[in-house]
Amino acid sequence: MDIYSQTAWLIPLFPLAAFLVLMALGRGYRRAGVFIGSVGSLAAFILSLIIVIDRLGANSVDYNYAFDWIVIGDYTLRIGFEVTNLTALMLTVVTLVSFLVNVYSAGYMKKDERITVYYGYVALFTFSMLGLVLSDNLLSLYIFWELVGVCSFLLIGFWFTLPKARAAAKKAFIVTRIGDAGLLLGILLLFWYMPDHALDFTRIQSVFAGHSGSIANGVTTLIALLIFAGAVGKSGQFPLHVWLPDAMEGPTPISALIHAATMVAAGVFLVARTYDIFLASAAAMETIAYIGGFTAIFAATIALAQNDIKRILAYSTVSQLGYMMMALGLGSLTGGIFHLFTHAFFKALLFLGAGSIIHAVHTQNIKEMGGLGSKMRLTAWTFGIGALALSGIPPLSGFWSKDLILTIALEQNPLLFAASLAAAFCTALYMSRLFFLVFTGKPTAAASKAKESPISMTVPLIVLAILAIVSGFVETPWNGWFGSWLSGEEEAAHGSSFAIIASILVGFLGIYTGWIWYGKESSRRSAVADKSPGLVKLLERGYFVDDLYAAVFVKPLKAMGDVLTFFDVHVIGGIVRIVGAAAISTGRTAARLQNGQVQTYSVTAVIGLVIIVAAIALRRFLS
Amino acid sequence: MNSMLPSYLTMAAILFCIGLYGALVKRNAIVVLLSLELMLNAVNLNLIAFSKYGVVPSLTGQIFSLFTITVAAAEAAIGVAILIALFRSRGTVNVDEFNKMRR
Repeated sequence: MDIYSQTAWLIPLFPLAAFLVLMALGRGYRRAGVFIGSVGSLAAFILSLIIVIDRLGANSVDYNYAFDWIVIGDYTLRIGFEVTNLTALMLTVVTLVSFLVNVYSAGYMKKDERITVYYGYVALFTFSMLGLVLSDNLLSLYIFWELVGVCSFLLIGFWFTLPKARAAAKKAFIVTRIGDAGLLLGILLLFWYMPDHALDFTRIQSVFAGHSGSIANGVTTLIALLIFAGAVGKSGQFPLHVWLPDAMEGPTPISALIHAATMVAAGVFLVARTYDIFLASAAAMETIAYIGGFTAIFAATIALAQNDIKRILAYSTVSQLGYMMMALGLGSLTGGIFHLFTHAFFKALLFLGAGSIIHAVHTQNIKEMGGLGSKMRLTAWTFGIGALALSGIPPLSGFWSKDLILTIALEQNPLLFAASLAAAFCTALYMSRLFFLVFTGKPTAAASKAKESPISMTVPLIVLAILAIVSGFVETPWNGWFGSWLSGEEEAAHGSSFAIIASILVGFLGIYTGWIWYGKESSRRSAVADKSPGLVKLLERGYFVDDLYAAVFVKPLKAMGDVLTFFDVHVIGGIVRIVGAAAISTGRTAARLQNGQVQTYSVTAVIGLVIIVAAIALRRFLS
Repeated sequence: MNSMLPSYLTMAAILFCIGLYGALVKRNAIVVLLSLELMLNAVNLNLIAFSKYGVVPSLTGQIFSLFTITVAAAEAAIGVAILIALFRSRGTVNVDEFNKMRR
């Protein structure tokens, strides 16, 4: 029974081995590097696939293995790994996207001279992410949580010769660190209040799910909100969303892997993993729902006015993560994870498609593109599928997951339903804007020379496009299989014809508006933007959140840093320099005595003698 | 007659200080040598004074001063010989210029 789940610990070891080998190889062995990285993630994917297929049958049992890690007095810290249906699903998604990105990067990064290092980082990231998913307790999850953060930092700043990439990497690291501090505090609080100081998910579940009352309500809410702070940072929720659009300075396959499909979903995964804490606190659930809903509409409107293809997709990711958070906050674990699952495929597809376009035209500005549809048919088709899936057009995967979330929102909170419907409209609008601006119209100078990308880049696109079409069918309004598989409880078939019709209508309306504004007459593309320049400016700058943070947080902190630097350089450094200068000048003075003149030496000796004699005489005299 | 002792010692101290002053300050090497002799003689004076008026008067001090005089004579001979050699090689007896020890 579950024989394969017992070998789950092997999965992260494949990428880890690949990482170690790649680091040992160094910068040479470019082809071998690509091969090793891909094989590592492929092996991990195959094993994950076996595990998830093995668990597909009904009533599969969670498998947990742990050993004593630290024993202090009568306290024992156990770490280990746990395979549940949720982790098995995440394992498969992570390893699959990682493998496809590995293959894709072989084409995309072909000319980069540090490609071996790049593959090493990707392997390290895959290892950390798998470790995060497999962790059976919050402490080791936190360790891997920080590791993926480091990998994200390394890969955003991969082209560190560009100042913007460096700044973006630092920003991503620092902003997520704010959330991580919250997560750490949450873990410490949990450690403090849990019976036996247990941190493993099984016991967290049993303590909080039973409403045993051993932990006060206020503390529960506080813990839940602190853990959620970590998720806010990692998943780019408002107000810590600012790092994700800037993170697009990294290589595009990285944006697909880390900043669309896997790492940013880690926040959603964390909330899902510790869901019982949240369920025990109504206030925390409400906070999550509102922050998620607000982020969804907030980021979707910003995406309407962006001109950088990757930034559009980044804001779209923020918005979709908002959907997932909102679903979790509304009490639907299935909705959040289902959207995470489908989103991983179509958003990775969109990013890889964007990478294919950037690879062909060497620009990220969609205003400099146009008419690429005829030049890059495969990219256009797969990108179109991804865009339709994201816009929620049936029967693609995005429709089913978004529809599930909308149904739940309609049942529970009309306000959030309206917000998410508006966000769905914006989503359809910005995706159609993106698609029409890039693929239709007259080719520009940059676009006229574009060619289809090599086969290593198009094959992952095709695979992901197929998944973007079919992955939604695991859970439809008539079939609650995914939800019951995930939570282990039989879920009633849900479905509200109103929500379905509304979401379809909104999706088509968004696309139609996009077509009217940007597709129909390519000469009038900027007509809408020209009518309200103020609004466009506001959206383009992302509601000036970055500027606000710069004025409120960054500048005062920098000024404080400058003061401290001044203190360090001039006061502490000054003291050090004075001590050094004193020693040197004493040495100089003493060296002057040694001038080769016997008489000078003698005078010195005599003066010394006189001093000694005087001292002795004085002592006598005084005593 | 013990009251004579301080006078002798003072005399010796003055003599020693004059010698010391000459040895440290004078530029001419010959004068420096002469000043050294003065200091030695101040010591001799002390030895004799203590042998006569010391706590335990004994002839040892006087005999010791005889030795000192002998050694001083030898020293003066060697010193003058070195000086002559130096003068031959450097063409001067100015102490300021004898600073090759520095390197």
